[in-house]
Amino acid sequence: MFKDLIPILSTLRRHRIAAGLIVLEVALTCAIVTNALHLIQTRIEALNTESGLAESEMAVLDLRGSKPQAPERSGAIAAEDVMRLRALPGVKAATVVNQIVYGNNSNNSGVSLEPDYKGTRVTAAQYAADEQMIPTFGLKLLEGRNFTPDEILDGFQAFSVADPVIGQLIINKVMADKLFPGRSAVGQRVYVFGRSPSTVIGVVETLTHTQLHRVRGGDGSGTAMILPLRGGGSYVLRAAPDQLDRVIKAATASLEAVDPTRVVTRARSVPQMRAGFYAQDRAMAWLMGGVCVSLLLVTAMGIVGLASFWVQQRTRMIGTRRALGATERQILRYFQLENLLLTTTGIVIGLGAAWALSQLLMQSYALPRLPWVYLPAGAVSLWLLGQLAVWVPARRAARLSPVAALRS
Amino acid sequence: MFLHYLELAWRNTLAAKGLSALMVLALGLGIGACMTTLTVYHVLSGDPIPHKSDRLFNVQLDAGDLIGWQAGQEPTFDLTRYDATALLRDRKAPRQVMSSGFNTSVGLPDGPAKPIFSSVRMTSADFFAMFDAPWAHGGGWSAADDEAEARVAVISASLNEKLFGGANSVGREVIVRGQPLRIVGVLKPWKVQPHFWDLTLGSYTETEDFYLPFSTAMALKMGHWGNMDCWGKGANGGSSLDLNASCSWVQYWVEFDKPEDAAAYRDYLVAYSEAQRKAGRFERPANVRLRNVMDWLGAQKVLPADVRLQTWLAFGFLAVCVVNMVGLLLAKTLRRSGEIGVRRALGATRGDIFRQFVVEAGMLGMAGALLGLLLAQGGLWLVRQSPNDYARLAELDAAMLALTLGLALLASLVAGLLPAWRAALVTPALQLKVQ
Repeated sequence: MFKDLIPILSTLRRHRIAAGLIVLEVALTCAIVTNALHLIQTRIEALNTESGLAESEMAVLDLRGSKPQAPERSGAIAAEDVMRLRALPGVKAATVVNQIVYGNNSNNSGVSLEPDYKGTRVTAAQYAADEQMIPTFGLKLLEGRNFTPDEILDGFQAFSVADPVIGQLIINKVMADKLFPGRSAVGQRVYVFGRSPSTVIGVVETLTHTQLHRVRGGDGSGTAMILPLRGGGSYVLRAAPDQLDRVIKAATASLEAVDPTRVVTRARSVPQMRAGFYAQDRAMAWLMGGVCVSLLLVTAMGIVGLASFWVQQRTRMIGTRRALGATERQILRYFQLENLLLTTTGIVIGLGAAWALSQLLMQSYALPRLPWVYLPAGAVSLWLLGQLAVWVPARRAARLSPVAALRS
Repeated sequence: MFLHYLELAWRNTLAAKGLSALMVLALGLGIGACMTTLTVYHVLSGDPIPHKSDRLFNVQLDAGDLIGWQAGQEPTFDLTRYDATALLRDRKAPRQVMSSGFNTSVGLPDGPAKPIFSSVRMTSADFFAMFDAPWAHGGGWSAADDEAEARVAVISASLNEKLFGGANSVGREVIVRGQPLRIVGVLKPWKVQPHFWDLTLGSYTETEDFYLPFSTAMALKMGHWGNMDCWGKGANGGSSLDLNASCSWVQYWVEFDKPEDAAAYRDYLVAYSEAQRKAGRFERPANVRLRNVMDWLGAQKVLPADVRLQTWLAFGFLAVCVVNMVGLLLAKTLRRSGEIGVRRALGATRGDIFRQFVVEAGMLGMAGALLGLLLAQGGLWLVRQSPNDYARLAELDAAMLALTLGLALLASLVAGLLPAWRAALVTPALQLKVQ
């Protein structure tokens, strides 16, 4: 087979431009496709992030009134509304919370181990809700306990003094590990609003920032805490997935019936919110995928086009070789080997370019480094593409009858 | 001669249907992808107010405290209400505006039961003149109205449509937070993209539906939507919207007669910061920013990184398509060496052959452009279906249409040069002998 190598090289030397173009095309495709596939992979990873909540069982309702409402009343109104929601058939749990994952709100507070913001300090996503938040969200308590109903404070009253006193709080595992590495967080004291300490009474497993990987507030490390405060916010319900739509309708009717000046401005299930939150990532992954497929197609078309041209140009040579005893298989091998040589050259250049492009993307767009596995994967797929593309013209060459080829 | 070349090109294209179709398809795909992403890029990076964007400046003062502070970092994003009020009182620029966003229900005294929730901009008198608001009826309010907490409002065309069926509603009353406000102006439909005067509610949100004096909004105890940063004692037991709260949430813009006036205003801002520091209100060293519209949009990275990435990707794709076209054109050209030999023997010069093949490439380019245009329309339709806040803006305009055709022609001519040159090099004697 390798005795074909010398005639191939000498042919390619005579068709330097055409050969160079194939190499260039393969190299460009290789560089772009490896990086694009990597980008798709990072998006898909983002899509699969776990929020730690019982998402499929949750729904969120936003309620607004057309008349101004006294802020000191909002805690009491929320408590009454939640009682009403819990009484609805099918509702497993309900609560009012200041922010929710995939929502637009994001509250963050600095938390320190010493008063007045001194000592070790982290910025944590700040959830504020009553003792029903943990069952409604489906959070898993790793250590300690949930709030008791009498620990829940009225949000407005708590903040109407210069030094808010919040006796207890629950933190997530990330925060516990960060503030109290190697020891139990339960029973420890932290400072959130200045001078008054709060005692950690529980640690929950996964509770994320509302914006997940797109964190703007907070320090991006995934620290989060729950404060036992009742006030205005979004109404969150939990019900069996097949009951969710019905429960949303019932809850909307029930909340609007109490006071006709109030309107449920938005009622969505958490899976819907998740789909909306990730729509941009999904669109980007599809776009990248589309471009990759088109690129590979165009490259394959280029290879088919040039190989056909070569076959046609070398008809007489093929006829001579066949007349001198070369088998169909040998002719086929000849063109396949030629293609292998060209794509290999292209791939070697392309892998270098892929690496350089990934460095550029890392600097300009803060993307993660291209994992090395993408390089052999890209190489193998382009080899396969090249062989597939050359198959049709090479077979046509092999099938040429020697007599007809010589007479042409 | 050109027409003759065109006719030849047409015949040759028909003679190699498959190959020509491949080339047009590849070029069309490349052009389509490029135009789709370039249009999105063009729409999103556009100047929202071209004739005065170099004279409008956003103001930032660093009012935060020293906890976690690092020298050289960006100042707090917005102004505190206290500082915005103080700068507005000083009137050091020809026009100045403080504003912030909210959302509230607007109803009629005897209106429908379901209130209409509208986006609100609480602002000061110069807002409409500074940002060139188009008036349908009436006009804005005066600085005296700002002082007096006047119960006045300006509404958008779409809110006017919903409340009054599009009639001239100047002088009518609306009910907001239980209080009557008199409409003094109705705007025409008003599109400003990006929403540069307040980026905290989304960079590409629509212009607001309801405008009222800042002082009036505070008197009505309105809340606030958008970004808010607090430090120190924050709201200090009251509301974070209080005049003395350590919270920043007010956007502040100034307009000068000419861009050079910004330097003097910057000096004034530094002097103001120093005075506040002496008075004990500011803790950080003076750190002001005064950015014109385009600098402001750049500094806030309004253009989504994804959009830039997509544009680069599309150009990479186009590059592959052009390389592909060069290869195919070359193959097609060399296949016709015999014909070229005959033409050369019959007296055609090298220049004639070169021109003929360039025209042929150009023709394929135009076909690719048309296909690309169709694909770009399809691509933009797809973009508009995606749920971004900017998706609905993706429309092809005249400039982009011209650019599409230009880009396609350029790409195909670049692709055609090498094959045409090779064709011109064909030696007639050799070809004829082989035949």
